[in-house]
Amino acid sequence: MSAVIDSGKRVAAAGADAPVRAHAIALPRAHDAVSEPARVRRTLIGAALAFLTLFLFVPLVSVFVQALAKGVDVYWAALVQADALSALKLTLIAASVSVPLNLVFGVAAAWAIAKFDFRGKSVLLTLIDLPFSVSPVIAGLIYMLVFGLQGWCGEWLRDHDMKVVFAVPGIVLATVFVTFPFIARELIPLMQAQGQEQEEAARVLGASGWQILWRVTLPNVKWALLYGVILCNARAMGEFGAVSVVSGHIRGQTNTLPLHIEILYNDYQFAAAFAVASLLAGLALVTLVLKLAVERRVRQQIAAAATERP
Amino acid sequence: MSTRALLLRRHSVLPGFNLSLGFALLYLCFVVLIPLSAVFLKTFTVSWGTFVDTVTSPRVVASYRLTFGASLLAALVNGVFGLLVAWVLVRYRFAGKRIVDALVDLPFALPTAVAGIALTTLYAANGWIGKWLPFKVAYTPLGVFVALTFIGLPFVVRTVQPVLEDLQRELEEAAATLGASRLQTFARVIFPALAPALLTGFALAFARALGEYGSVIFIAGNMPMVSEITSLLIITKLEQYDYTGATAIAVVMLVAAFVLLLLINLLQAWARRRQGR
Repeated sequence: MSAVIDSGKRVAAAGADAPVRAHAIALPRAHDAVSEPARVRRTLIGAALAFLTLFLFVPLVSVFVQALAKGVDVYWAALVQADALSALKLTLIAASVSVPLNLVFGVAAAWAIAKFDFRGKSVLLTLIDLPFSVSPVIAGLIYMLVFGLQGWCGEWLRDHDMKVVFAVPGIVLATVFVTFPFIARELIPLMQAQGQEQEEAARVLGASGWQILWRVTLPNVKWALLYGVILCNARAMGEFGAVSVVSGHIRGQTNTLPLHIEILYNDYQFAAAFAVASLLAGLALVTLVLKLAVERRVRQQIAAAATERP
Repeated sequence: MSTRALLLRRHSVLPGFNLSLGFALLYLCFVVLIPLSAVFLKTFTVSWGTFVDTVTSPRVVASYRLTFGASLLAALVNGVFGLLVAWVLVRYRFAGKRIVDALVDLPFALPTAVAGIALTTLYAANGWIGKWLPFKVAYTPLGVFVALTFIGLPFVVRTVQPVLEDLQRELEEAAATLGASRLQTFARVIFPALAPALLTGFALAFARALGEYGSVIFIAGNMPMVSEITSLLIITKLEQYDYTGATAIAVVMLVAAFVLLLLINLLQAWARRRQGR
């Protein structure tokens, strides 16, 4: 439609320059049938932008403004404080365990689902999506029920002097749960669209299973893989509810960055809370930029695979 | 290949079926299914009467009312404005459109705790937005609605946008040729085509809002009976070591989430059939 408007404008402009072709001015009316008058367009754009400004842009900008409200010194001090650094470390640990684990799962699940036909495939697909519909708080709760002192393994863990909840393993497990579907969900549709002809050709030419995976399948899905890893990592570093339940909030030991933000905020250290929050907001912005760059390639790949294979 | 394996799958020359499916199933069981089953097994240890008493006590019912009410309202607002944003992004040109398009996903990427403190500071009585409003938003049920609107925003936009992009312009031209006004064309041609996607987006936003915790607890004020959401109540019970009570409420929320998931799957199947025709 925008092309129609543009040609309309061009015709109108040409008409203004050359009065001889005045009849051309009548042409733009033709586009009215499938678009709206300029006044309506402007109102709709204005309303949409006003809504987004109020609910998206202002909150985003406010994070950075509040973070620097008391000056750069306070900002920097909040970031290099010992509790903040240990929270950062724990956040990185949680992400560096959960992303590779879910990556291996994602590739395995996508290989089985996309390259083979078997019964119960749709059930498996639904089960993979399950963690998305479980509230983060409930995700934390289930690990309390399994590993907590009153839980299934509680006594055994206590007898063997091991701690899962209120310790690092619980935080990692909760993070693995909430980020579970991300990579599998990006890989499965693309690998299903690409089919298995290329892998079969490699097989016929004598490649082993691992060779096929490394040399054929993974290069074909590298952008989707990267996209899944980006989303998985963003969620792993930002998870709050599930981690909050199993953490126990021990300062300097079981606090991740989001939990550290909560503690600072509840202590009325607003500038420090927003300083740490600005780190995560920055991560979110980087995620969006990478997403923009990669998402289009993935979509093109799926479309290309769909047209190549009737 | 054994006969049993043959029954399970069609023959393929590719290797690694048993390994990949075996690993995927094992991982799924250990990370998701076994821990999740703990919630239901824990519930079976209490009597039906105790369960019902727990999940229908006044404070819990008040939290359902707030959680479901605010989620519904937020999903409705997102339905209206999400459709508007998707429409503007697909149909019109304006400066900064690509940036706006990319930023729509911000609530997906921004950690909920960050969103929570940002919205609370903005909507507090002395905040950038709060000071212009004649009524209180932060620390009231209205604050819960604001936070849930924020986190649900991308769902409707991202489900409606691709359908709107694929919509055939010929249909609108035909409607116009047949004498329909623009508004009639929208109501009779465009809207029905978008309806399944719009409903799916609405249901996704609603489902997400039901389970939300991080962005809400900062802005809600968390007053029992007034502005306490169900997720927070589960945590409160856990902190009092009332695991049974926490689990009972969690079961109610899980069942609600699963029913919604089923509904969303049906809606998507309907949307696919609509598009396929």
